[in-house]
Amino acid sequence: MNLFARLRYLRLSQVLFVVLVTVILLYLIIPVLIVVPMSFSEARFLQFPPKQWSTTWYEAFFNSREWMSAARVSLITAFFTMLISLPIGMAAAYAINSSSLKVVRTLQIILLLPMMVPIILIAAGVFFVYARVGLISTLTGLVLAHIMLALPYVIIALLAGLRNFDMSQEMVARSLGMNRFRAFMAVTLPQIKPSVVSATLFAFITSLDETVVALFVSGGDNQTLTKRMFTALRDEIDPTIAAISSILILASLILVVIAGRNKQA
Amino acid sequence: MTNAYLAKPLAEASGRSGPPSPDQAALAREERKEHASMLLLLAPALVMVAVLLILPLCWLTFQSVQSEEGFTLANYLRIFNEPIYWDTFALTFKISFLVTILSIIMGFPIAYAASRLQGFWANLVLICVILPFWTSVLVRSYAWLVLLQRRGLVNQTLIDMGIIDQPLNLMHNTTGTVIGTLHVMLPFMVLPLYAVMKKIPQDLLQASESLGAKPFYTFRRVFLPMAAPGIMAGSILVFVICLGFFITPELLGGGRTILVSMLVQRNVELYHAWGAASAVGLVLLLVVFLIFWGVNRFIPIERILGARS
Repeated sequence: MNLFARLRYLRLSQVLFVVLVTVILLYLIIPVLIVVPMSFSEARFLQFPPKQWSTTWYEAFFNSREWMSAARVSLITAFFTMLISLPIGMAAAYAINSSSLKVVRTLQIILLLPMMVPIILIAAGVFFVYARVGLISTLTGLVLAHIMLALPYVIIALLAGLRNFDMSQEMVARSLGMNRFRAFMAVTLPQIKPSVVSATLFAFITSLDETVVALFVSGGDNQTLTKRMFTALRDEIDPTIAAISSILILASLILVVIAGRNKQA
Repeated sequence: MTNAYLAKPLAEASGRSGPPSPDQAALAREERKEHASMLLLLAPALVMVAVLLILPLCWLTFQSVQSEEGFTLANYLRIFNEPIYWDTFALTFKISFLVTILSIIMGFPIAYAASRLQGFWANLVLICVILPFWTSVLVRSYAWLVLLQRRGLVNQTLIDMGIIDQPLNLMHNTTGTVIGTLHVMLPFMVLPLYAVMKKIPQDLLQASESLGAKPFYTFRRVFLPMAAPGIMAGSILVFVICLGFFITPELLGGGRTILVSMLVQRNVELYHAWGAASAVGLVLLLVVFLIFWGVNRFIPIERILGARS
């Protein structure tokens, strides 16, 4: 099973193909991997590989009031976005799946709009409305906008689960005297759990990752981590970002593992 | 499925036996109630989208055709008359097109390899696609800023290998924008392609070969047509996201490569020119909708967008 022994039997075109795939994969993965060693560098200026190892930038992150506040705002926003978009999205997905009405198909497309409209236009529109109702720089405003953005992801994930579920099971529970809500909670929900888990992940990630709307409508003490990172990257590259990025990469690695487990379940 | 679903055959059965019975009326009432409750379940989600998306869009539309003297089309005419606006649109389309083509060329071998390999190697390929996909766009833009700078790893490697003498300008220009944007878009191409390729049965390819077709012929006449829907879905997704992409082009373009999304942002934040910003944004929206509408006849929008999650 020696790779090189096997390579000898390959034709030239196959060798070229393997080289091509490797190069493209390196292009994809190097930017993600390079951030981690950089975050442990001591230098003020970006260099790779680092000459001296240290945890300076992690300390800078955890000791900075601004960065900590931004991280807190992002996590709180993501948490509430997840908490609220899940039931709203669940109700909508359930209705889309069960209803025979023709109009529901149109309404479904409307619910996918936040995915289709360019995000910059959504941000401008939300900014315009919030400026008039005083929601600029508030957590409420941020959460509301993120719920709207997360809904299509939540609905698509849940619909995938509901479409593979045999609804007659819920009918049986109802015919035995359970009301619809209880039948759903007791029979349907436990069986579409994997899609509920991925919907939850999507809602959380969508909010945590969202930058453009946050750039427009978050501010003051309620700036998100993404807004602070974006401004820091545009103005001057602060190596603290390498530390934050490494933490975020670790988080996404954990999420990939959870998502992978969830898919197998 | 629901009460209405059960009610139908019953109603039909009793319908055949003569005049409407009280049972039928009750069933019709039940069906109306069912429809009403479904719409009620949809209401919260619809309200969110209506208030935070559709209403603001209407507002922006109104702003774009309004001036102090009343109705005007000046904001739209500007896009065609002023070179800065026109060039920005042209550049945005050019970059989006280039990135789409490049992501097909680079995404196809990756998806092919992932769909043909087994076990560890297949997983390795997929992880190299999925890990960047789940990593924040900001983090990846940061990494590219570091890699592409004058004394960054890319320039350093090229100099060490003796390919170049002077460091290349790889960022704060269109090159940087394309490299960074392509990196974000590639997974959007690979994942739908992989999903389609994984479903192509091996037997068909073997059948073709056993009938005497050369490998390339089999690839062109059997494999490629079956992979086509994936290429189409991926391309549309990549092209449309590129058209409105903001974060990476803004950071790697360094204010020199101006795209439509930056035109909107600058008009709003720097000049408070809502009319101009709205007109530019709405033209972009129109293009996006036309693409989705055109494609919807071949592949349902849901399926294309589904690849995003």
